[in-house]
Amino acid sequence: MISALFVMIGIALFLGAVLGFSAIKFKVQGNPLIDKIDAVLPQTQCGQCGYPGCKPYATAIAAGEAEINKCPPGGEEGIHKLADLLGREFIPFGEGAAPKAKSVAFIDENTCIGCTLCIQACPVDAIVGAAKQMHTIVSLECTGCELCIAPCPVDCISMLPIQEDITNWKWRYPVIPIQAAA
Amino acid sequence: MTEYLLIIVSTVFVNNIVMVKILGLCPFMGVSKKLEAAVGMGAATTFVLTLGSGASYLIQHYLLGSDLAYLTTLSFIVVIAGIVQFTEMAVQKTSPALYQVLGIYLPLITTNCAVLGIPLLNVQAKHNFMESLLFGFGGAIGFTMVMIMFAGIRERLEGADVPGIFKGSAIAMVTAGLMSLSFMGFSGLVK
Amino acid sequence: MRQIFKFHGGVHPPTHKIESTITPIAQAKLPSKLIIPLHQHVGVRAKPIVQVGEHVLKGQIIGRAEGHISSTVHATTSGTVSAIDLQLVAHHSGLPDLCITLIPDGKDEWIAHSGVDYKQTTHTELRHLLRQAGVVGLGGAVFPSDIKAYRHKHTINTLILNGAECEPYITCDDVLMRERATDILRGAELLRELLYAKEVLVGIEDNKPEAIAAMQQALQDEQHGHIEVITVPTLYPSGGAKQLIRILTGIEVAAGVRSTEKHVQCFNVATAYSAWRAITFGEPLLSRIVTVTGNVEHAQNFEVPLGTPIDELVAQAGSKPDTERHIMGGPMMGVDLPSDSVAVTKATNCIIAASPALFPPPQLELPCIRCTRCADVCPAELQPQDLYWFSKSKNFGKAEDFHLFDCIECGACAYVCPSHIPLVQYYRFAKSEITARERESRAAEIARERHEYRQFRIEREKQEKAEKLAQKEKAAMAAKTATPIVSENPDEEDAKNQLRIEAALARAKEQAATNKPKNTEELTEQQQAEIAEIDARRAKAHQIATSEDKAE
Repeated sequence: MISALFVMIGIALFLGAVLGFSAIKFKVQGNPLIDKIDAVLPQTQCGQCGYPGCKPYATAIAAGEAEINKCPPGGEEGIHKLADLLGREFIPFGEGAAPKAKSVAFIDENTCIGCTLCIQACPVDAIVGAAKQMHTIVSLECTGCELCIAPCPVDCISMLPIQEDITNWKWRYPVIPIQAAA
Repeated sequence: MTEYLLIIVSTVFVNNIVMVKILGLCPFMGVSKKLEAAVGMGAATTFVLTLGSGASYLIQHYLLGSDLAYLTTLSFIVVIAGIVQFTEMAVQKTSPALYQVLGIYLPLITTNCAVLGIPLLNVQAKHNFMESLLFGFGGAIGFTMVMIMFAGIRERLEGADVPGIFKGSAIAMVTAGLMSLSFMGFSGLVK
Repeated sequence: MRQIFKFHGGVHPPTHKIESTITPIAQAKLPSKLIIPLHQHVGVRAKPIVQVGEHVLKGQIIGRAEGHISSTVHATTSGTVSAIDLQLVAHHSGLPDLCITLIPDGKDEWIAHSGVDYKQTTHTELRHLLRQAGVVGLGGAVFPSDIKAYRHKHTINTLILNGAECEPYITCDDVLMRERATDILRGAELLRELLYAKEVLVGIEDNKPEAIAAMQQALQDEQHGHIEVITVPTLYPSGGAKQLIRILTGIEVAAGVRSTEKHVQCFNVATAYSAWRAITFGEPLLSRIVTVTGNVEHAQNFEVPLGTPIDELVAQAGSKPDTERHIMGGPMMGVDLPSDSVAVTKATNCIIAASPALFPPPQLELPCIRCTRCADVCPAELQPQDLYWFSKSKNFGKAEDFHLFDCIECGACAYVCPSHIPLVQYYRFAKSEITARERESRAAEIARERHEYRQFRIEREKQEKAEKLAQKEKAAMAAKTATPIVSENPDEEDAKNQLRIEAALARAKEQAATNKPKNTEELTEQQQAEIAEIDARRAKAHQIATSEDKAE
């Protein structure tokens, strides 16, 4: 009886020591997973997920607070990538969170008053201008997040969908759906 | 020397723990959707099994003896749990992505019937230390090999024209059954 | 007898080459208008440097090369630029691209041009001349030849001239070799010089005995010591660069490796010919040999001015009424042209007039039976079946793992598929999706950097402001402790302030009195009128204001 107790306590103590030592040695600083999730997100910094940017959303996902289907600019493709990375199940988009066509902002120069409110709102500094000077969007850098539309006091910013031309044309999926006989 | 080779061949092919002994099906079905996850799981299980077999032999042979034999299962589980915890910490440190992907299946190695089964089989077969170690290592290699094969097949099954009713787990089970059938071909290889 | 090697796979489609080699190269007539696209090469599109309505001479540069990988576009003949706008081009998408439309004036007047002796010219100058002449790869890949003819970091031991022309129907290289072998070999010498290559191997398929004979004859006549003409067995696609390199040298250029890393470079015979004409005679690339075949009265090869619309070209070979569409290129890798008004470009090696009899509609796609015939014929030793399953289920990660981008889209797999699956369409779909996603992720990376920098910048501005404020406060504190602001007698202070204020007011009044409006002498009539108008407006406003005051 006593020997049994000794054996079990001995094993427990030994294992406890090993685990304690390795807990200190293998301490994980921060959460490198957040960077991995952030690398998958589309970086539009639009806030449609409900978080103020892509890094905060990545942090929330890593902490298990946010679902992976909250990012419309990433599309279904993005949800799949997150599901694969995290080993979670794929969830489709909720109501009203469907992705829109990619577009860039455009400032109507006849209406712009040079107030710089849109410049302060742009999360990637894609608007060039200064106080009382003409503002213009650098369309190559614009991510289409639409954060500049709300602050503009004269409503001169509109979103233009990116047209398909010969440089960004993609081959179509070669499957033709079969229609039911009439 | 041939003894050890025979042990390896028999545990990897003839008496494969997953396909023939039908042990350790939980991670086999759960982690085999992606090849990288399967490889990671196989590596973790190999580490745990080899260490676990060795440690279990030492405890069973030196500490427990014959009068404390009733503590075998209990002490084995405790040792395995400790090793799995250690493995979990190591995986989290070295590969956080793998840690996230394996998820709950990493601590579930503790309750993996193969990981407990191999040491118990060692006791039953009265293997010495080297034989126990090799039995555990061979068993784990067999487990890893079958997991990787199955993960490869499942990745192809993802894109294949599987009838709707069979999609997902159903066709995976059928495939596992067919694989198990094919491993029957090894019976009689080792006399 | 030099040893030749075999590459994996390959198919033997019926060649249909005899029809178009009966007659020699004919000169195509100048069409009524020339539509010259500015993007006839790989790389950055050329920039138009002429205006609408401008008169240009033959060989004049109308599109300037932009950037490192680019080439020049010239006026094919003398005439007037009638438009610089989007026109339909020969592209799978059927989308338009920027083109210069030229109306020939019929005079065919050359711009002043002259050649150089390549042996007396520096290599840098030679490559510059090639770029200015718009010489690009005429095998179909249209890569700027000045970049390919530059020895970067790897020595080139073997220069290969591609005369294989393996695709059915196409015979433009065949007739070029028959008639202009001498110039081709001189061009080969030029390219060998530029690349410091030790030997030149010309690979020609054995279904072109006349071409082989002509090239051998030219070789003997000119006594080119380092050039060898080698016959290779007819097999599609032995004209693929990696495949021909394997056949002639036995070297396998593996996945992701460039042929230059294996000390081999490959040029088409027509490119060598054009390079020779450009350097020796100063003639830019203004025309090329095009095979017109298929459903026409007389299939033959033409020397076609670049920019000739397809319908006018095919009419010269005798178009037939049951032609439903035209294919640019061959039946295996060609482009279905969106319209007949599309023009001939540097990449056009052949135009096939397709009729329902010659090219019946594709059969229905049946399920894959995993017969692996496709893997047997793939010249790049890929697994077309796996690529098909992964592309079909949009599993792009696995498709890339299985070397999707090493597929040369030759179509051999689709040719043998018993289920008539359009395999190459699946691979093209997967490739363009993967490329688009890579572009998006690069853009996302840049957006992330900009966002992080912006946050850093805002933080920095806040810090600078805080520091400035702190400094100001410090200065204020120091000043306060140094001199007391409030004097002992507050009344005296008030009186002093009052005096100061009065002095300031007096100064202001004085300034207002002495300041007169400038520029009031010698006003023009218009200015005087404007001043009168403004004065009248002011008076009216004042009137209204005072009357309102009175009213209130």
